[in-house]
Amino acid sequence: MPLHVEHKQLVVPGELLAEGDYLPGDNTYMASGKIYSQRVGLAEVKGKKVSVVALKGPYIPKVGDLVIGQVVGITLGGWLVDINSPYTAILSVPDAIGKPFSPELGPLAKILSIGDTIIAKVIAFDRTRDPSLTIKGRGLGKMEGDVVVDLAPTKIPRLIGRKGSMITMIKKLTGCEIVVGQNGKVLIRGRNPKMVELVIGAIRMVEEQAHIPGLTDRIRAYIEQGKQG
Amino acid sequence: MSITPQTEPLAKIKSKQIRELLKTGKRIDGRELDAYRPITIETGVIGKAEGSATVSLGNTKVLVGIKVETGSPNSDTPNTGVLTVNAELLPLAHAIFEPGPPDENSIELARVVDRGIRESKAVDLEKLIIVPGKLAYVVFVDIYILNHDGNLVDASALAAIAALMNTKIPKIVVGEDGEPKKTEEFKPLPIQDCPIPVTIAKIGGSLLVDPVLEEENMASAKITITITKNGNICAIQKSGPGTFTLDEIVEAEKTARRKAEEIREKILSSAGG
Amino acid sequence: METVKRKLIDENGLRVDGRRPDELRPIKMKVGLLANADGSAYIEQGKSKIIVAVYGPREVHPKHIGLPDRAIIRCRYHMAPFSTTERKSPAPSRREIELSKIIREALEPVIFSEYYPRSMIDIFIEVLQSDGGTRCAGITAASLALADAGIPLKDLVAACAVGKVDGQLVVDLNDEEDKEGEADMPLAYIPAFNAASLLQMDGQLTEEEFFKALEMGKKACLKIYEMQKQALKERYLKIKESVEAGEENQEA
Repeated sequence: MPLHVEHKQLVVPGELLAEGDYLPGDNTYMASGKIYSQRVGLAEVKGKKVSVVALKGPYIPKVGDLVIGQVVGITLGGWLVDINSPYTAILSVPDAIGKPFSPELGPLAKILSIGDTIIAKVIAFDRTRDPSLTIKGRGLGKMEGDVVVDLAPTKIPRLIGRKGSMITMIKKLTGCEIVVGQNGKVLIRGRNPKMVELVIGAIRMVEEQAHIPGLTDRIRAYIEQGKQG
Repeated sequence: MSITPQTEPLAKIKSKQIRELLKTGKRIDGRELDAYRPITIETGVIGKAEGSATVSLGNTKVLVGIKVETGSPNSDTPNTGVLTVNAELLPLAHAIFEPGPPDENSIELARVVDRGIRESKAVDLEKLIIVPGKLAYVVFVDIYILNHDGNLVDASALAAIAALMNTKIPKIVVGEDGEPKKTEEFKPLPIQDCPIPVTIAKIGGSLLVDPVLEEENMASAKITITITKNGNICAIQKSGPGTFTLDEIVEAEKTARRKAEEIREKILSSAGG
Repeated sequence: METVKRKLIDENGLRVDGRRPDELRPIKMKVGLLANADGSAYIEQGKSKIIVAVYGPREVHPKHIGLPDRAIIRCRYHMAPFSTTERKSPAPSRREIELSKIIREALEPVIFSEYYPRSMIDIFIEVLQSDGGTRCAGITAASLALADAGIPLKDLVAACAVGKVDGQLVVDLNDEEDKEGEADMPLAYIPAFNAASLLQMDGQLTEEEFFKALEMGKKACLKIYEMQKQALKERYLKIKESVEAGEENQEA
């Protein structure tokens, strides 16, 4: 039974991908035995499964995601955090400092105030409530004086690369520390501003060219050229 | 800005019941898919208005009052009279209606009724000019929804056309000095058509004529098709967040023409004309 | 004194702008031109110019208008004061209010709004220049903006109006044809459903003319649909071409 698209073909919403005994994967839907794309993206054919890797789209939190967020409000029991998602996240005091809130701690703003950037993990989320975060854990917590860059959440996997190959390469070549948030935010820490700039440039290339094969080589070439100049 | 409305939750038992009945071609009030509720029309109910009518379509109750004044014609039609239609979904008509300026539903309702009257040229606006470019009759059609039990469009349009057929306007003559003078005589509004809208709701794969409120709340979409007295279509409005296949549209049009004939007879016999 | 109305169809069966009855005006579509919006698109259809921005899905404000099981759609159709010959007041007119509603209803059927409960998706349609067919062009561009925002859709919605001028059925009316003609029937069509999500008509058509107009409208919408798909892909294909050209130069 027919497959109507090739692997890595650019498709748009409503485009017929396959019919018959194929299975619908991510960003596709099935109607009357036919599989259609839901978004603009690249078709992915893996065996009998047809999916679409979306080029753009909102960040919907998943439990376990590492996110970089900004504190936007303080409540009685914790903080409200903008994680670049249609849902504002909640960070409760016990998930921030490891013990329940007591008045001796002073106002919550002393721990985290509005405008602070945090690296957090999503610990709970379902359709009926807003996502919950924790900053207890290695590598999590409030961040100071780093650069945060935006990258479409759908392209984060491309920045990370298969088994982390892309991000490891960028870290090695530039010597920068990079924390990649699933929510489309990337934190860069580096002592050499030139290297930090190269990382930002590499991220921009992923944003623009994620759909074109050979990206890893082009980024490697870009960084190496940048280091010489 | 238009916002997805909050839907009134319909008890699952009720919606299931409605769907099951539809499969057998019947509705919760026992009607056939293409049957209208009983229609009663009464004209001349508001003495101070130049024309008026109430229409009851089942439990849906609409009162239309016509006021006729004189004023400047519209700049883009300087040689015709003016017709303006307004609708109010009164708070007394339903628990969810709140007082306030007209919302998108009352505006859509008024504009669809207006289209039916205007495009059929039911009111001969060319005969309503007094001094070309300067003075014309201005006909105000005000739709007052008294009780909402579905299909406000058809009930309102029927009340409007019945009221218009019943409207008397003061005769105004233009003297030799070019000055308009109101006489003591009255004449009927020049009516030359009787446009009838037929609204059809879609639930699942069924098309139902004249939906009651419960059916409207379950329907994915509605379509109103207005038919003139010589069988032409003069207005169409699809409404609601669903879709109609082209086949369904064709079927709806055929049903609309059939029902419009029947209903026009009712109007003409009770409202005169 | 009666002014003689201009003939809208000449002896050769051509319209005031030289088009054949089934011919669309020249159409230009551009996607992703506004940096802040999550999705955006611009369309020119003849002299009509419309820009659309989509924001969302995003947090719903105020909370009580949200729905527990799906996203709400907010849609605004608005005409710029300078878009028409006579300046139009910026305050929303009754026409804009009605059109905002039916345009929202034309787009809702294709949006997978159940994926984003308790959120909202905003569609802002601004008519920069109006020369007929703006609600249809607005829907066409809004579909592109929704797709550009990465909002999952069942299909794109393509829209076009069919009308009657001098007794002849024609597609894609310009402003003069709309004002002086005998009927105007805007149609929005979803190819995946073979169904209409917007259908209006004002004027007078016989049953036969109406059925013919539906067929003509569907054909016109399908042509526009092909253009929409192309416009969405173009952005990414252009980048691909320039990157591949750059690589060739390096190798050379």
